[in-house]
Amino acid sequence: MERQAVNRAKEAFLSGRTRPLEFRLQQLHALQRMITEKETEICTSLKQDINRSQYDTPLLELIGIENEISLAIEKLTQWAAPRQVDRNILTVSDEVYVQPEPLGVVLIIGAWNYPWAVTLQPLVGAIAAGNAAVVKPSELSEYSSLLLRALLPRYLDKDLYPVVTGGVSETQELLRLRFDHIFYTGSSTVGKVVMEAAARHLTPVTLELGGKSPCYIDKNCDIRIACRRITWGKFVNCGQTCIAPDYILCEPCIQGRVVECIRQTLLEFYGADPKCSPDYGRIINQRHFSRIMSLMEGYTPVIGGQTDASQRYIAPTVLKDVPPHSRLMQEEIFGPLLPIVAVSDMDDAIRFVNEREKPLALYIFCSDKKATKKMIEETTSGGVTVNDVMMHYTLSSLPFGGVGQSGMGCYHGKHTFDQLSHQRACLIRSLGMESVNLSRYPPQDRRRARRARMALKSPMIDLSKRTFVWAVSATIIAFGLLVTLLVILLIASGLNCTCWYWRGWYY
Amino acid sequence: MSREQEAVARARKAFQTGRSKPIEYRIQQLKNLQRMFTERQKVISDAMKKDLNKSEVGTQLYETMGLEGEINLALKKVKEWAAPRPVEKNLLTLSDTVYIQPEPLGVVLIIGAWNYPWAVTIQPLIGAIAAGNAAVVKPSEVCVHTAKVMESLLPLYIDKELYPVVTGGIPETQELLRQRFDHIFYTGNSAVGKVIMEAAAKHLTPVTLELGGKSPCYIDKNCDISIACRRVAWGKYTNCGQTCIAPDYILCDPSIQDRVIAEVKKSIQDFYTDNPKTCPDYGRIINQRHFKRIMALMEDSTIAVGGDNDESDCYIAPTVLRDVKPEAKVMQEEIFGPLLPIIPISSLDEAIKFINKGEKPLALYVFTPDDKIINKMKNETSSGGLLANDCLVHYSVSSLPFGGVGNSGMGCYHGRFSFDQLSHLRSCLIKQLKMEGVNNMRYPPHTPKKLGWARFFILNSVDLGWAGRMALLAVLAVVAAVVIQNYLL
Repeated sequence: MERQAVNRAKEAFLSGRTRPLEFRLQQLHALQRMITEKETEICTSLKQDINRSQYDTPLLELIGIENEISLAIEKLTQWAAPRQVDRNILTVSDEVYVQPEPLGVVLIIGAWNYPWAVTLQPLVGAIAAGNAAVVKPSELSEYSSLLLRALLPRYLDKDLYPVVTGGVSETQELLRLRFDHIFYTGSSTVGKVVMEAAARHLTPVTLELGGKSPCYIDKNCDIRIACRRITWGKFVNCGQTCIAPDYILCEPCIQGRVVECIRQTLLEFYGADPKCSPDYGRIINQRHFSRIMSLMEGYTPVIGGQTDASQRYIAPTVLKDVPPHSRLMQEEIFGPLLPIVAVSDMDDAIRFVNEREKPLALYIFCSDKKATKKMIEETTSGGVTVNDVMMHYTLSSLPFGGVGQSGMGCYHGKHTFDQLSHQRACLIRSLGMESVNLSRYPPQDRRRARRARMALKSPMIDLSKRTFVWAVSATIIAFGLLVTLLVILLIASGLNCTCWYWRGWYY
Repeated sequence: MSREQEAVARARKAFQTGRSKPIEYRIQQLKNLQRMFTERQKVISDAMKKDLNKSEVGTQLYETMGLEGEINLALKKVKEWAAPRPVEKNLLTLSDTVYIQPEPLGVVLIIGAWNYPWAVTIQPLIGAIAAGNAAVVKPSEVCVHTAKVMESLLPLYIDKELYPVVTGGIPETQELLRQRFDHIFYTGNSAVGKVIMEAAAKHLTPVTLELGGKSPCYIDKNCDISIACRRVAWGKYTNCGQTCIAPDYILCDPSIQDRVIAEVKKSIQDFYTDNPKTCPDYGRIINQRHFKRIMALMEDSTIAVGGDNDESDCYIAPTVLRDVKPEAKVMQEEIFGPLLPIIPISSLDEAIKFINKGEKPLALYVFTPDDKIINKMKNETSSGGLLANDCLVHYSVSSLPFGGVGNSGMGCYHGRFSFDQLSHLRSCLIKQLKMEGVNNMRYPPHTPKKLGWARFFILNSVDLGWAGRMALLAVLAVVAAVVIQNYLL
């Protein structure tokens, strides 16, 4: 069944109907309509999957998707147009540009924590770039994936963008088939399996993985506001966010204050009993619930710790003085447990971060610009947000992606378009001016080599229209100014004589 | 610990000291590399002559000059490339600092090829150095003399811990592939490319694969055939056909086939004299194995020009094959030798269909004066690069990304693209701990009103483009004029 869907998508792509920009725009408009018309159904499915509040879904997923679609619609013509590049002396009279082209059939494997965002945002890029796309939502977010399977064919071309649901075996079957790009969001372990499968067909991959995103709080910053923002970022979606601040690093002297501020913020956000708050989520399934519970074993939390297996509810939990070698610090938590690890200063924190795998995000709360700069320079991560959490995700001009174990490739905005396109180098010469080529033909001698050297090492010239317009207008203005200057000088110098002249004229 | 493990461990330790990061250090290493090519030209050319019978001028033209150009470009631009790149903001981030910071990845593995050993091994190295990485260089063992020269020369000029050269064959390469790198840059064939990517998957290492394929060359019957054939002959027989972007085969109308053959024959005579074997500018096949492979490809096709060979010298004359059928042996794999098959096809559409039946090639060549034909070919096919009315030269334009698609590879390089490919472009958003009121709309308890505000802020992006800035300036000018008029005059 998977094979059929992929073959149909491939045939539909080869028919060429995704090439015209009008078609792509029409599909994007349809997708936009789907998000606006079916918002209630989507929110309901997420409430059933993960108990997400009806406000969190638009806030965290749908507005972002709408934003991406509007951006793609607005900018598609620009993105898909040939991109001029600098030329050198050899190519001065040629057409030199990079032409973005569709890759073919893209496989998009979604995740369960933000099932709509991480499945549809790559799809927006795939459609904009002119590809066909096989969408495989995560089976763990059951209601959402079933809803997607029902909705998408009603709005988009069902041959070009089929939805394939299923579990591990269906995904494995898909991975045996050949695609032109695979876009995977999920864990590093499965990421390796996906890349290995892709290697058999030499398929390029984009892997949006995870990791433990550290959060450093400097002792001299406004701790109350810092904790407010961290609390929001950590406990939204019950901690099941790839860029959630995984753990806090701070000096022991402020640990108490941090705990207090978080406690107050939790009270403000979710009330005295988060179980009753409509805004607090649940763990996706029993397996993850047990996994997170076992991470807590042996540690007494300073906040929270209450659980309810029947509802897969874990209270917002904070643990302090967590030792670096504990199980809690070995794997990505992906749950509402917030460990605080004590470090002696910023340098110690930097060392701690660098000893571990490169994370997807790094958070620094610090008011000192120099110290912040130092921390950014001496560490690496997919992205950095200073004095807040997760917000670098919301700006579509920033490439969102990981590095090392946290992933490869990036997307959002134009980056999705570029990631799912082939940037084809085009050089259009003419069959004239053959004399210029003589220096490269054998028989080769030193004189010819010198001429060729001159041509090859010439600097790049920017022959874009903008520069040309600037150059012409600058020349005209300069010329105009020169003429004005000359006239003024003439009048000034001739003023003496013209004065007399005019006087003579009057008399 | 094996030799390879040691080299990688030392490179990683050297990278972690942070000395490859400062721009001055990168510039100094690049300058040293530049010096190496000026001072050791003779040694390099001698080794190339022994490996591929490349003349001294040929080596300069096809390998070292390109590298010198790339080093110059990197020296000039590395500060600009490595600087933070500001990006467009939205309403929510108007008062924040937002930019992309290029960063080194760590330890890069560069696996070179034997056909242009210096070009395809050192060009990625230039990008690696410019991006601030350490790099383990593994030249191809097939070009025996050049690999030895690389192993002895590079440590004399650039940091031997950060940029070690590891020579060896398949077992040494496999040992290297077991180690963990932050990026692997491989130039070679698709079969080994798959092995490399599979090995990289175990460590989640991103890869750049510069592979190959059969690069088609379409000659329109209405073009200037003598010039077209001249350029094709040059592209084909340079380095004895052992170029990844060499025009692999010709597609043309049957009516011009004879003319094409005659013109190619004439060009061969102009370039390499009547006896290419004695011509210093004509190369040799790299080794016996490839010689036998290429000879076998000729078996079931008609030879129109050339065909003579000498196994003891690994010499195959510039050869043209006519009326080649798609099922012929020579059309089943990338030739990588001096055989030029001509396949007669009756129309452009048939040519496009033929090209699309095969894997996406590394390069596509079209010879025609008609722009419409070029555009049709461009729109209905795909390839790493497209070059109209010439061969190979898109390689030398460093503002063009050079790379393949599909079976011909992934990723690209040259110029700034090498730098970007071997860097991590890190998103940075620097906010302040003020204006917390704005954030209230995202915090629970959620209300419809808060959601409304969030919608407003996120869905409106502020593009203070050219016109916006002009408008702002105009408003300020009016305000200034009013103020001056009323209060100062």
